[in-house]
Amino acid sequence: MATQTDVRDLHAVGSEEDQAGQAYFDKIIADDSRIEPADWMPEGYRKTLTRQISQHAHSEIIGMQPEANFITRAPSLKRKAILMAKVQDEAGHGLYLYSAAETLGTPREELFDQLLTGKAKYSSIFNYPALTWADMGAIGWLVDGAAIVNQVPLCRASYGPYGRAMVRVCKEESFHQRQGFEILLELANGTEAQKQMAQDAINRFYAPALMMFGPNDDESPNSQQSMRWNIKRFSNDELRQRFVGMIQEQVKVLGLTLPDDQIRFNEETGKWEYGELDWNEFYEVLKGRGPCNAQRMERRREAHENGAWVREAASAYAAKQSQKAQVA
Amino acid sequence: MATSDQTAMSTSAKTPAAEAAHPVDRSSWPLWEVFVRSARGLSHVHAGSLHAPDAEMAVRNARDLYTRRNEGVSLWVVPASAIVASDPDAKGAFFESPQGKDYRHAMYYKKSEGVKHL
Ligand SMILES: [Fe+2]
Ligand SMILES: [Fe+2]
Ligand SMILES: [Fe+2]
Repeated sequence: MATQTDVRDLHAVGSEEDQAGQAYFDKIIADDSRIEPADWMPEGYRKTLTRQISQHAHSEIIGMQPEANFITRAPSLKRKAILMAKVQDEAGHGLYLYSAAETLGTPREELFDQLLTGKAKYSSIFNYPALTWADMGAIGWLVDGAAIVNQVPLCRASYGPYGRAMVRVCKEESFHQRQGFEILLELANGTEAQKQMAQDAINRFYAPALMMFGPNDDESPNSQQSMRWNIKRFSNDELRQRFVGMIQEQVKVLGLTLPDDQIRFNEETGKWEYGELDWNEFYEVLKGRGPCNAQRMERRREAHENGAWVREAASAYAAKQSQKAQVA
Repeated sequence: MATSDQTAMSTSAKTPAAEAAHPVDRSSWPLWEVFVRSARGLSHVHAGSLHAPDAEMAVRNARDLYTRRNEGVSLWVVPASAIVASDPDAKGAFFESPQGKDYRHAMYYKKSEGVKHL
């Protein structure tokens, strides 16, 4: 988490070079233009972005697990192909984001290490289990849906490589949300048991999806600094309210309900309101005590280790080929 | 512009593997910049970057990573270390010369405004 020192870094007074760099940086931010990798930037900005982008990358990679688990159990060949394409996309999102994070100076291997050793965090949503096929629907609709609301403004993030990666990601996300919605739509129009299964999935994913936007604004001191740096454009609560407004309308098309009877539009504030979320649960999951934290990490480490021979073979082959080329 | 995102950091990306346990660690794989031509007749445009052990793998990975939806008809991969960039510290100075040279643009010539086919 960012500390107060990050905030001070913004106005760090150092060498003449630093002062010129700071002035240039401030002007770029004031003009709402983009910072590029070779530009001078405050240490706090670099640190904040490295943490945010790499955590985002880790989330994409860990996020492959709940859905990958269902590829063999997809109810049709069409659904299997769609699910594989989605999971492959998430791997791609992880790679775009690792590339962007690396431009800030931390090598990729170090970023991988931070995930594998548990030093780095990833989105708490992926520590919830996917129990039924309907969960593939709820994940696509609510989890990817929340991600889209969060990510669209990030396309304008002040750090160039991050914004460009998000543009690519956002283009791909809308199919993720739609395929999820259609899974639920099909179940909702099926047998009573199928409809119940869809409702149950929504009931379980609703609150965790809302918590994806992060703590309430008064509990999120780093947000303000991120907004001053034009990394973040809207507060956690603003985005969450926007999302609630969207899904309360969409759920009607499904003929299902959201498990929250306090959702209402406040005419005075022009904002959507919803019931209190269980933030104790959020922090518990974040600290590693969610239902699937251990399993997700174990699976990730296993995959990394099991893939070692492939990486080694590719390196060995490349070395041999370049030796041959030198001899020839 | 098709400048590389990673050129500035290509040296740090090639630092030796952090873990001695993996003798051929992935961080020793060079960084490649990927350029995609979206359609016949258009230029290759910078799409992003990736790590790969050799050029062949770089092209294959670039296909999987950057053209999953018909985004391209042709790919270039270039070792990031082969890209030479203009000095980022030179800021404006390097590009300033066209300033005060408006006469290089058609817009500069006002008297002929309204003359047909000119
Ligand atoms: Fe994604
Ligand atoms: Fe995402
Ligand atoms: Fe997604």
